[in-house]
Amino acid sequence: MTEFHLNGKPVSVDASSDTPVLWVLRDHLGLTGTKFGCGKTLCRACTVHLDGKATFSCLLPLSAVAGRRVTTIEGVDGRVARAVQAAWDKIQVPQCGYCQPGQVMSATALLSKNPTPSDADIDQAMQFNLCRCGTYQRIRLAIQDAAKQLGSGA
Amino acid sequence: MSAKSGVSRRQFLKASTAGAGFVLGLRLGWPSQAEAATAEFTPNAWIRVGTDGGITLVCARNEMGQDVHTSLVMLLAEELEVDPRRVKVQQAPPDPVYINTLMGAQVTGGSTSVRDAWDPLRRAGATARSMLIGAAATRWKVPPGECRAQNGYVLRGDKKLAYGTIAAAAAREAVPSDVALKPASAFSVIGKPLPRLDGADKARGRTVFGIDVKQAGMVYAALAQCPVIGGRVASFDAEAARKRAGVRKIVDIGEGVAVIADHYWVARSALADVKIQWDEGPAATLDTASIYARLDQAGDRPGVPVKQAGDAAAILAKAKPLEARYTSQMLAHATLEPPNCLARVSRSGVDVWASTQFPPGAQAVAAEVAGVKPAQVRVHSQFIGGGFGRRLEVDFIGQAVAIAKAMPDVPVKLIWTREDDVTHDFCRPPSLHLLRGVLDGGRLLALTHKMVSPSITSRWAPGAVKDGIDGFMTEGVVDFTYDIVHVDFRTVIQEVGLRVGYWRSVSNALNAFAIESFVDELAREAGRSPLEFRLAMLGKQPRQRAVLERAALESGFKAARDTGRAFGVASMKCYDSHMALVAEVSGSAESVKVERLTYAVDCGTAVHPDQVIAQLQSGAVTGLINTLRSKITVKEGRIEQSNFDSFPIPRMPEVPRIEIVLMPNGDAPGGIGEAGVPLVAPAIANAVFALTGQRIRGLPLEDAGIRFS
Repeated sequence: MTEFHLNGKPVSVDASSDTPVLWVLRDHLGLTGTKFGCGKTLCRACTVHLDGKATFSCLLPLSAVAGRRVTTIEGVDGRVARAVQAAWDKIQVPQCGYCQPGQVMSATALLSKNPTPSDADIDQAMQFNLCRCGTYQRIRLAIQDAAKQLGSGA
Repeated sequence: MSAKSGVSRRQFLKASTAGAGFVLGLRLGWPSQAEAATAEFTPNAWIRVGTDGGITLVCARNEMGQDVHTSLVMLLAEELEVDPRRVKVQQAPPDPVYINTLMGAQVTGGSTSVRDAWDPLRRAGATARSMLIGAAATRWKVPPGECRAQNGYVLRGDKKLAYGTIAAAAAREAVPSDVALKPASAFSVIGKPLPRLDGADKARGRTVFGIDVKQAGMVYAALAQCPVIGGRVASFDAEAARKRAGVRKIVDIGEGVAVIADHYWVARSALADVKIQWDEGPAATLDTASIYARLDQAGDRPGVPVKQAGDAAAILAKAKPLEARYTSQMLAHATLEPPNCLARVSRSGVDVWASTQFPPGAQAVAAEVAGVKPAQVRVHSQFIGGGFGRRLEVDFIGQAVAIAKAMPDVPVKLIWTREDDVTHDFCRPPSLHLLRGVLDGGRLLALTHKMVSPSITSRWAPGAVKDGIDGFMTEGVVDFTYDIVHVDFRTVIQEVGLRVGYWRSVSNALNAFAIESFVDELAREAGRSPLEFRLAMLGKQPRQRAVLERAALESGFKAARDTGRAFGVASMKCYDSHMALVAEVSGSAESVKVERLTYAVDCGTAVHPDQVIAQLQSGAVTGLINTLRSKITVKEGRIEQSNFDSFPIPRMPEVPRIEIVLMPNGDAPGGIGEAGVPLVAPAIANAVFALTGQRIRGLPLEDAGIRFS
């Protein structure tokens, strides 16, 4: 049994300790918002927050999150996450939508750490998240919009 | 200009379905959703009006990012007079009533969804509205002409009836034989802003894709397939895998060995312990060089004319033409949601839950593998995490059913790895293009083009390939817009020993790269601006001319390099849309940066303008995959790429500014899902020439030694 905090609540999982957190979330805990895209940290569709920091989950073994806080797209909340998702709605970012949970998690982590990111900061933070539909231009606009909203105290 | 265009797309799959073995012409054995509906008013297969006033669109096309769950609702809502945000969407089952008339089968592809639905869905909405008005008029005992519909109500003076309250009565009204459609000037939904109806869920991880479907008692499968596509299992040893905790079954399905387990990670891990001997089959000696050698050999064949005018042969016999050889690479689709399928085989039939662009194909393959009639297969189509043509194929669905057969009554979810996907794709075909052009003064007198490529359709729908012509190979050729006196365009089908598939924009991308690059060469040879050279050939094509002029204007196009910047232009008609693109680049002969892509687009009526723009932005990025560095290569029968490291797709920092100018007019909508893709390669290649003087005639461009930053 491995215990950790998932979206603010303690959970206990009976899976081998090498099982990637991605599959623990999807198969054992039924949270399918976190996506499988490559299995090698190359696309970051599997991005979650580990103790508040964006990280891939596809090669993150269950043993590595014991006792720690994991947040997924289902549980991400707070002022920044809400601003990011509102901006995603306003700019109409998603197309197929498969990568978008990962994009939202990365963008939320970026703005939590850096509320006024430059274009270069956005590139740096978001370069790991692939979007096969090519929504990058709108992702950038949405991050800028969310930063603006957060800065104005909205 | 006399044109001979081979098989039209409209005919295409219609003619083909018998050959592919799909029973599309028969009413299926179980009631369609429209018939089975408990709703009180189901005037046709697309609409359900519940007694609670709930409106449902039974959506005949699958949602893969291209916005059909909103744009098709808009068509219906416009005429039904309801708020589109109130319309629920239900995915249609396989049923002949949902056939895409532009494709001849119930498929989502070919940038046809809006074009195909444009008339029938509006007509369906108008029919339902007319019957609802009729029901209200009957109740009020007034002529229908005194009533009107608005926002889910029938109105007369200060009286109104909600659709829900008259849904049952409307069902008893006669179906009108003809209904008048609104003129564009009366549109209140079409062409107006509206958030995507599926957008909020997608931003919150709530959308259920095929890979996310859950069923009680579900187990998971991982599959090892022969590294050479087409190879078979010779023998295997699964003793070690069988002993692992959580492993339920090992299944040999001929093309591979599957491990079924309680959890996916257990299945994946155990699969690594299975030792398999393969019979690799005849493809085991295949390599990239031999594939292109076959195309080169076939280039000597005369080919089949697909578009001819004047007498190009006579002109070529007298003049010394400019000649060029162009090639395009093979590509993987690499949809971000890997192929997967949940299947359950039981006595009551087969269920498949899948992300598919081709529900009847899913049904047919499941029936064939399970040994049941298609009517015994229920297909539950899900949101698609990227299609691009990959999900027109149903290989992974057949595999899932074959595996699930080993565990009757248990839902089994097969999930491919990314490596499975890249190494077992139906690649975009490799292509060879042989071109010749003759200039007369500053104009183009004769142009010939021979496209040599394996035929996708020969496999996918063999009945549709007639007289040596695969209609999908003629894309980007039969819609040729330039007015040239002598034209001779041909195609040569040459198989290469590797299965190939439809990849977003199909041959439009292949042919546009060759032709639009070569036209640029001819313009330079003639000493003219590539823009003026093209415009001079578009005198009879006002819409095409207009987009080209606009793209040039918006981009600040210049024919010559200027302070380290250069421009390339390309132009074509595809999917009934008129497209022009200017690429702006900077840098040097070694390192080039794509700064900006400026499109001007006339797609007739833009039903959902913001998502038309979104599709074009997406097409631009897909065009970059085709252009910059991505490629599939083969060695000893094996695809050499396997994941996003060896098969890169563009990341945020390298995507340039994409600017789009829509030039709408009142015409019927043109297709847009693929239209943004084909011009990216020739526009960038032409810009690279303007910047560096290097003419690159093969894709991806980085193979020529140039680097894009």
